[in-house]
Amino acid sequence: MSVTKAPAAPREPRPDEPPVRQGRPYESARRYARWLPVAPGTVLLLLFLIGPIGYCVYLAFTDLQLTGQANASFVGLDNFTRAFGDEDFVNAVVLTLVFTLVSSIIGQNTLGLTLAALMQRASKTVRTVTGAIVICAWVVPEIVAGFLLYTFFHRRGTLNEVLDFLHLPDQNWLFTLPILAVSFANIWRGTAFSMLVYSAALSEIPDEVTESAQIDGANAWQRLIHVTLPMIRRSIGTNLMLNTLQTLSVFGLIWAMTRGGPGNRSETLPVFMYDQAFNKALIGYGTAVALLLLVVGGLFSVVYLRLMREEV
Amino acid sequence: MRPTAPLALALSAVLTAGVLTGCSLGPDDDPNTVEIAFPKDIDNNVTVRDDYLAYVAKQFEKANPGKKVKLVPIQAPQNDYYTKIQIMMRSPNTAPDLVYEDTFLLQSDIESGYLQPLDKYLDKWDDWSKFEDTAKQAGESEDGKTYGVPDGTDTRGLWFNKKIFMKAGLPTDWAPKTWDDVLEAARAVKKNVPDVTPFNIFTGKAAGEAAAMQGFEMLLYGTQDQLYDEKSKKWVVGSEGFRDSLEFVDTVFKEKLGPHVSDALSPDIQTQVMTDHLPKEKLAIALDGSWINQQWIKTGGAPWPEWSETMGVAPMPTQNGQEPGKTSMSGGWAWSIPKKSGNHDLAWKMIETLQQPENAREWCIRGSQIAVREDVARDRKYLNAIPRTKFFTDLVDVTHYRPALPLYPRVSEAITVAMEKVTTGDATPAQGARSYDKQVRSITDGAVIKR
Repeated sequence: MSVTKAPAAPREPRPDEPPVRQGRPYESARRYARWLPVAPGTVLLLLFLIGPIGYCVYLAFTDLQLTGQANASFVGLDNFTRAFGDEDFVNAVVLTLVFTLVSSIIGQNTLGLTLAALMQRASKTVRTVTGAIVICAWVVPEIVAGFLLYTFFHRRGTLNEVLDFLHLPDQNWLFTLPILAVSFANIWRGTAFSMLVYSAALSEIPDEVTESAQIDGANAWQRLIHVTLPMIRRSIGTNLMLNTLQTLSVFGLIWAMTRGGPGNRSETLPVFMYDQAFNKALIGYGTAVALLLLVVGGLFSVVYLRLMREEV
Repeated sequence: MRPTAPLALALSAVLTAGVLTGCSLGPDDDPNTVEIAFPKDIDNNVTVRDDYLAYVAKQFEKANPGKKVKLVPIQAPQNDYYTKIQIMMRSPNTAPDLVYEDTFLLQSDIESGYLQPLDKYLDKWDDWSKFEDTAKQAGESEDGKTYGVPDGTDTRGLWFNKKIFMKAGLPTDWAPKTWDDVLEAARAVKKNVPDVTPFNIFTGKAAGEAAAMQGFEMLLYGTQDQLYDEKSKKWVVGSEGFRDSLEFVDTVFKEKLGPHVSDALSPDIQTQVMTDHLPKEKLAIALDGSWINQQWIKTGGAPWPEWSETMGVAPMPTQNGQEPGKTSMSGGWAWSIPKKSGNHDLAWKMIETLQQPENAREWCIRGSQIAVREDVARDRKYLNAIPRTKFFTDLVDVTHYRPALPLYPRVSEAITVAMEKVTTGDATPAQGARSYDKQVRSITDGAVIKR
């Protein structure tokens, strides 16, 4: 997916391009022959990606159930109108936004940038060790991370052991503030990605620029706001977009830690979707919610793309 | 002819299709192998069913040379097991040949067309006449055909730890007459033996059907109300019994008479109670099934030789002691053949092997089941195998069955949601009951009757 698009300038025709009006017959044959190497891949894509996606879109307009129903029928927009009147769906949307804002946009993003900035100045050893530790959290499979953090936050888990040792009051966030617990878990797990993106972006900034800003009397804060951030703006956009889309679809982590509970206090859209489709057996409704989740992701992407396009 | 884009695409489509059909996607659809899907406990030490099936499989392979049995254990919390087998049964590529169905789901899965009617086999099977009628009904659908062969049934009641009761100053021949007596006993334990959990009742979404049946319905069916009104053929909403039952759940968790709420809502609570809380004597009273002692005998996951001296049993009383004074719920499991299995005859042969009288008896003993075959029910070896069998068998006189209807599983789910809201304190019993009513109206398209 290309995200950085320069404004299109009128293009010079490339010398090897066939003229618009076709000349000799083999020219067109050659143009078609170029399709050959791409064709198998295209077919596979159609088969395995577009096919199921199309089927999902179709299912969202039916009342298909996993069990207890002889035949599914087409119900038009019923599933969607039902979603907007369903307080549990509204709850899931709110929780999804909270989860995305806290864990991705604020958490992973800021922490990743901070780590990257600090590591730039650090010695090689510190950089290697820190990088290794942070990346470790990122490479463990999602479900493993989920269980690790479940045992960390559990009422009788590691965190409380530590708090007891320090004579601090206990917590039971998995139960009292589950959405916060899973948000922390997601920050712990996903910061590495942002850190890598920002490390790369910061190393691209030429030293001369920062030095000249320094000579002009800019303090560290001003340098960050007026020099560094504008120069890595595109990376920020890209990172935010990838992070947000990834966070919107987090399922395993939450499922392992809280199963969306207690009640529905940590039931974000993916968990809600699963619950409707598989626990309540409403495949059609669950699929409709999945499409709505896609729309939420799309809206976020559009916003980021616009942000990245504007010239500073 | 010139090669063109569509042609190139078509050509590669043919190629990829060839590649795809070349590799088989599903399990081996070998006509000589019978694949059996069954739930495996999330606790790896619990292998009661696995061992029993392996034991019968060996016999089957010996009796039918050249035929093989492939066990497909599905290790998951019970609710996820149901989902998994439904998804498997949707496609001929993944459908097992034999599936273990909880009877509460049977009607729903029959309605979905997942299961094969067994009448042509049952007609030629003499043993079928030995099954009790109530047990047969679980697998019968409205079209009059039968879709499942039950291998046992169960009842539910109160298990209590006599040692803890002595410490708490309670009688060891405890026989509560009303719900309040149950709560009073739990309060006495809380006061006098503070380091144990006084009372466990299953609740919430994760425990699923265990919460709906062992928990909620054991209460509701001891009131004047039920879930479904047979006369009008409608689901009941707004009943006082429903609210009172939620009120009971609310009291247990508000007064901290039950396990810690986060433990009560965890998906492994059922296994925990059977293999840890009760045998380790951390729990005084459990409202639970007749089968849980299967874990304490020598084939179980938590052998506990002293259990029969330590554990007492009492029937669950009706709400205010009204007639008949006690109540129970019965369910059970059945063997069914998925329609898309493509190996029906061999699967049936396996059911016959499982239901040979000795094997049926073996399961009733290992699984601590109430026999559904008259010959097994009279069998001395079965009757004397496990203490308390008679107590739980006698509860059949006052027992109730869940509405055998395709919609039941979804109604049951709505019950667990209401229970969870009340348990966490997110809703009062009245609010929980209202949210249930709303759910049931939507599930049944308004076919409800208000009490």
